[in-house]
Amino acid sequence: MLLPIAAMLLGGNDIIGWIMQIVFLGFFVVFMFYGQRFQMMIMLREVETHLRRLKLIRDDGRKKAMETIKEIGKPVGDPTERLDQFLEYIAITPQSMDPSGIVWKLEHVLDVRDVRFKDEVKLMAPEADETQINNLENTLEAAMALNMIYKVIRHFYLLGKKTLSLYIIMQIQMVLPLIMKQAEAYAQALRAFSVGQPIGDGAGALVAAKLMQGHKTREIARDVVAAEVPIEGRTAYVLKAKGPGGNVGKPGDGIRKIIEEKKGKISTIIMIDAALKLEGEKPGEIAEGVGAAIGGPGVEQFKIEDAILKNKIPVNAIIVKQDIGDAVSPMRKEIFDAADPVIERIKRLILERTKKGDIVIIAGIGNTIGIGQ
Amino acid sequence: MTDNVEAVKKISPFLLVVILVFFALSLVALFLAVESLIEQSGTLNSYSFLLIGFFGLAISIYMLLQTRGKPMHVTLELPRVITTLECPKCDFKNVRDFQRDDYIFKETGSCQKCNETMKITAIYREAKKNES
Repeated sequence: MLLPIAAMLLGGNDIIGWIMQIVFLGFFVVFMFYGQRFQMMIMLREVETHLRRLKLIRDDGRKKAMETIKEIGKPVGDPTERLDQFLEYIAITPQSMDPSGIVWKLEHVLDVRDVRFKDEVKLMAPEADETQINNLENTLEAAMALNMIYKVIRHFYLLGKKTLSLYIIMQIQMVLPLIMKQAEAYAQALRAFSVGQPIGDGAGALVAAKLMQGHKTREIARDVVAAEVPIEGRTAYVLKAKGPGGNVGKPGDGIRKIIEEKKGKISTIIMIDAALKLEGEKPGEIAEGVGAAIGGPGVEQFKIEDAILKNKIPVNAIIVKQDIGDAVSPMRKEIFDAADPVIERIKRLILERTKKGDIVIIAGIGNTIGIGQ
Repeated sequence: MTDNVEAVKKISPFLLVVILVFFALSLVALFLAVESLIEQSGTLNSYSFLLIGFFGLAISIYMLLQTRGKPMHVTLELPRVITTLECPKCDFKNVRDFQRDDYIFKETGSCQKCNETMKITAIYREAKKNES
C-alpha cells in the first residue's frame, strides 16, 4: 500500500504526481533565488524573539531598581525621570592617539564618573546610608548594562532589517547565546546588589576579610581598608575594598601606599582575585601564578605594576575560577568554600617565598558587596 | 521564587491568513479523500489526499498554536541564598534564609544557648543540580 502512495507522491503519472513534481520544481527554483532571504528571515525572527526577551529583562531590571530606590531611599518626589536619565549615562574614554599619560586621564574620568554616580544616587535616595548608596549604585550599574545590551542588539536587528544584509544579521545571531547568558547574569546581579548579597567576584575580598578578622583595620586609600596581620612569623599587610557595600575600591593606591610606607622593603605581594573559568573547569577551582591579578579598566593594574617594578617586588597571583554568571550573581557555595584552601596556599607561598620577619602584602581584589571586615 | 513580566505577543495578519488558507485546503483534501473512499473510486488518490490533508491539518494547527497571542514571560529563577550564623563562644550554628542587610562578619542576634552575640560566618547560594 505505502509503496504505490510514495511512488505517486514522488512522480506518478496522474494528477497528484504532476502536482508534486511542480511543487518540487517550484521549491527548487524559489530556494535557488530566495534561499538566502529565507535564511535571513529565520535569523531575523530568532533575533527578534531574543530581543523581545531582552526588553523584558531590561524593563524588569528597571522596575526592580526603582522599587529598591523607593524602598531604601524614601525619595520625596518621583525618581522615575532621574532614573531614566541615569540609565542613559555615558562616560567618554580619553583620546589615545598619544598614549602617554592616558592611564591618569582614564583614572580621572572614572573618578569623576564615580563621584557623579554617587551624587545621583544620593539625590534619588536621600535616606540611604553609605553601604546602601554603594549597593544602589551597583544595582543601577547593572540596570544600565541591561539597557545597553538591549539597545545594541536592537541597533543591529534594525540595521539588519533595514539593509537586509545577511552578514549584519548573522554576526548578531551567532553571538546571541553568549549575550543572553550575559544579560541573564546581569539580571541576577541586579537582584543580588539590590539586597546586598555577596557575589562570586568577591572571592578575593572574602579571603582578605577572613585573614583580617580580629585585627584592627584602617582606611589606607579611597575605599580600601588594610590590617596588619602576623602570619607564619612574617608581617602581612592585608587589604581589601571597604565593605559591606558594593565597592571595588582603589587597591592600586593601597598597595602603593604600603610600599611607600615600608620604603620598598616588601618581600612579596600576593594578589587574590576571581577569574573567568573555561568551559569544563569547575567553579571554585584555584590556580596560582605570577602577575597582578586584577581586572577592570586597567588603571589599578597599571599602578600596581608600576609600583612593584620600581622596587623589584615579586608579585604572586591566586585566582578562584568561575564563569561570568557566577561572578555577578550571589556567591556559590563552591566559591565560598574555596576561601579556606586559598588561605592555605597563601601560607604555603609565604613559607616558601619569604623569610621570618619579612613584610608581605596580601591583596584581596574584587567587589566586596555583602562582605564586611 | 520567580518573577514574571508579561507582554503581549503580536500576530502578523498575513501569517494568520496563510494559516487559515492552509487549514481550509487541508480540510478540502480530507473531504475529497473521505468522499473518494466512500464511493470506492480511485483508492490510491484518496489515500494520497488523506495523507496530504492530515499533514496540512497538523502543520496549520501547530502554526496556529505557535502564533496565538499568548503572553510572553521572563522567568528569572532566583536562587536560595543561605546565611549561616555562628556563636563565637559555644560554636552554636544557625542556618537561615538570607535577609536584607545581612553581610559576612556582621554581628547580629543572640545565641539561643549562651546568649552571646552571634556572627554571620557565611552567605552563599546553593547551586542547582544542572549547574556546572
